[in-house]
Amino acid sequence: MEADRTTVEDAGGPVKQAGASGPRLRRLLTAWLFMVPLLVINVLVILGPSVATIYYSLTDWAGIGPAEFVGLQNYRDLLADTDFWMAMWHNVIWTILFLTVPIFIGLLGAFLLSQIKRFQMFFRIAYFVPYVVASVVNAAIWKNILDPERGIGSALASIGIPFLKGVSFFGSERLALPSIAFVNIWVWWGFILLLFLSALQSVDHELYEAARIDGAGRWQQFWNVTLPGIRPTFVFVVLLSIINSLLVFDYVYIITRGGPAGASEVVGTLMWKEAFERFEAGYAAAMGLALSFVSGLIVLIFIILRRRGWEV
Amino acid sequence: MSIFSGGRQRREPSKIPYYVILVLLALFALGPLVIVVFNSLKSSAEIGRNPLGLPLSPVFENFPAAWTQGDFSTTMVNSTILTVGTVVGVCIIAGTSAYAMARLDLPGTDAVLLYLFVASAVPFQLFLVPLFFLWSILHLTNSRFGLIVIYWAIFSPLATLLLRSYLVGLPRDFEDAARIDGANELQVMLRVVLPLSWPGLLTVALVTGVYAWNEFFFAITFIQDKNLKPVTTSFLAFQSTYSQNWGLTSAAAIYIILPIVVLFLFLQRRFISGLTAGGLKG
Repeated sequence: MEADRTTVEDAGGPVKQAGASGPRLRRLLTAWLFMVPLLVINVLVILGPSVATIYYSLTDWAGIGPAEFVGLQNYRDLLADTDFWMAMWHNVIWTILFLTVPIFIGLLGAFLLSQIKRFQMFFRIAYFVPYVVASVVNAAIWKNILDPERGIGSALASIGIPFLKGVSFFGSERLALPSIAFVNIWVWWGFILLLFLSALQSVDHELYEAARIDGAGRWQQFWNVTLPGIRPTFVFVVLLSIINSLLVFDYVYIITRGGPAGASEVVGTLMWKEAFERFEAGYAAAMGLALSFVSGLIVLIFIILRRRGWEV
Repeated sequence: MSIFSGGRQRREPSKIPYYVILVLLALFALGPLVIVVFNSLKSSAEIGRNPLGLPLSPVFENFPAAWTQGDFSTTMVNSTILTVGTVVGVCIIAGTSAYAMARLDLPGTDAVLLYLFVASAVPFQLFLVPLFFLWSILHLTNSRFGLIVIYWAIFSPLATLLLRSYLVGLPRDFEDAARIDGANELQVMLRVVLPLSWPGLLTVALVTGVYAWNEFFFAITFIQDKNLKPVTTSFLAFQSTYSQNWGLTSAAAIYIILPIVVLFLFLQRRFISGLTAGGLKG
C-alpha cells in the first residue's frame, strides 16, 4: 500500500504542474470511463439486488408477481423457526470442524514441506489438485468410496476389519453432516496448506538462527518464531474458514440436499429451498439477510481487532 | 570425524519421517482421484467384483457411452462458452478498471478499493433472490449469457484487485514516453501496458477460468434447460440416474476433470516462467 501511494503521487505531480484544467478534467473523465463496465455490472448484479433484499425481506412474496409489505413478520417467523435454528446449529458444527481439522493438517503439512527441498513442487501440486476439481465430481467420488455396500467399509471388512461394514455415511442422520464436512475438508486442506506454506517461507531465517543460538528446540522455534511470523495468514485463514462455513451450500446440496430428514440442512440450503422450492421468496430474503448480517458482523469484529493494534 | 560432525549432524536430522507424512498426505489428496481413473476403466461386472482396486481387465467402453448418455457434446460446448465468455469479459472489465486505478489516477480510488473488497466478500445469499427475480424479468434465466453476466459481476472485483496490484508494480517510463509521443490513453493501455501485463492477466484468467468451469451454485439456480446446462449441473443429474454404474459416472467425471487439470498444470508452468522470465526489473 505504501508503495502504491508514492507512485500515484509521483504521477500526479507532473499533471498538477501542467496546471491546465482541460487535460486534467479529460483525464479524470477518462479514468471514470474506464470504470464504467465494472460499476454497471456490479450495481446490476450485486449492489442493486442486495439493497432490494432489504425491501423484500419485509414482504410476503412468492418470487414472482407483487410483494405484499408485512413489516418484520418474516423476522419474527425466523426467530420461531426451529428448522432455521437447527440449520444454524449445523453451520456451527461445520465451523468447528473447519477451524480444527484442515488448519491442523495445513499447518503440519506446510511446516514439513518448508523443511524439505526435493519434490516440494510435486507435493504442492498434488495437495492442490482436489481444490481445482469440480464439486460435483468430488462429491461423486466420495459417494462411491463411502458407499455402504461397495465402498471402503466392505473393502475393509473383506480384509478382516469389519467395523465400517454397511455403515451408510451419508444416509444416517447421525453421520450425514460430519461426512459431508469431511468431503469438503478433503477439498480444502491443501489450499490452506499452500497459504501457510507461502507465509512460512517469508519468515525471516535469521530469527530461526537466533532462536537456535539461544538454545530453542524445534517445538520452541515453532511456537516462538513460526507462529508469530505467520499470524496474519493464520488469522486470515480463521476468518475465511468461519465465513465459508456459514455460507456453505455446494457439498450439502449435492450430496444429501440437506437430508436425511434435515439432518445435514444448513442455512444456505434451507434458504435456497425456501426461495426456489417453497416459493417463499420474502422469507428467503430475510434468511439471506440474517446470514449475511452474521457473516458481516464477524468480518467487522476482525477489522476492529485489527485496528486495535492486534497486528493481524 | 565426530568433532566435525557433532553440531551439524545434530541440527540436520533425518528428513525421512517428514517425507513419510508428506507422501501419506499426497496419497490422501490424490488417492480418491486415482480411484476414479481406475473405475472409468472397469466394466460393470468388474466394478461389482472389485469396486475400489486396480482395473484387472481394463476396458474403454465407458468413455464413448458416458459421452453420449451424459450428453457431453452439448454440455461441453455450454461449459466452454460459459468459461471463455467469463474469462474474456472479466479480463476486459477488470483490466480497464485496474488500469484506471493504477494508471489514470482515478479520483476516489480508496473508496473504490473498499467497495471492491466488500463486493468480493458479499455472500451470494444477500442478493440471490432479487437477482433471480430481475433476471426472470429480463429473460436472462435459462440463458448462457445471463449466467455469464453474473459471473462477470462476482469474479471481477477480485480480478480487479489482483490486476491493480500487478499494474502498480510495473514501471511507468514507457507509458510516459508514449504519451509524450502523442498516444491517447486507449493506445497507451493497449500498446504499452497490455503487452507488459500479460502475466498478471494470465493469473486472472487461470483463476477465473477454473472458478467458471467448476461453478455450481448459480448454474443450478439459473439454468434448468437441459440443453443449456454446463457439465457440472448436468453431471449431477447424470450421476443420480446412473448412480449404480460407477464405470459410466467415473468416465463422465474424467471428462469434467481433464480439461481443468490439464489447463491448471499447463498454465501453472507458463505463469511461473512468465513471472520469473518476464523481464520485470521494476
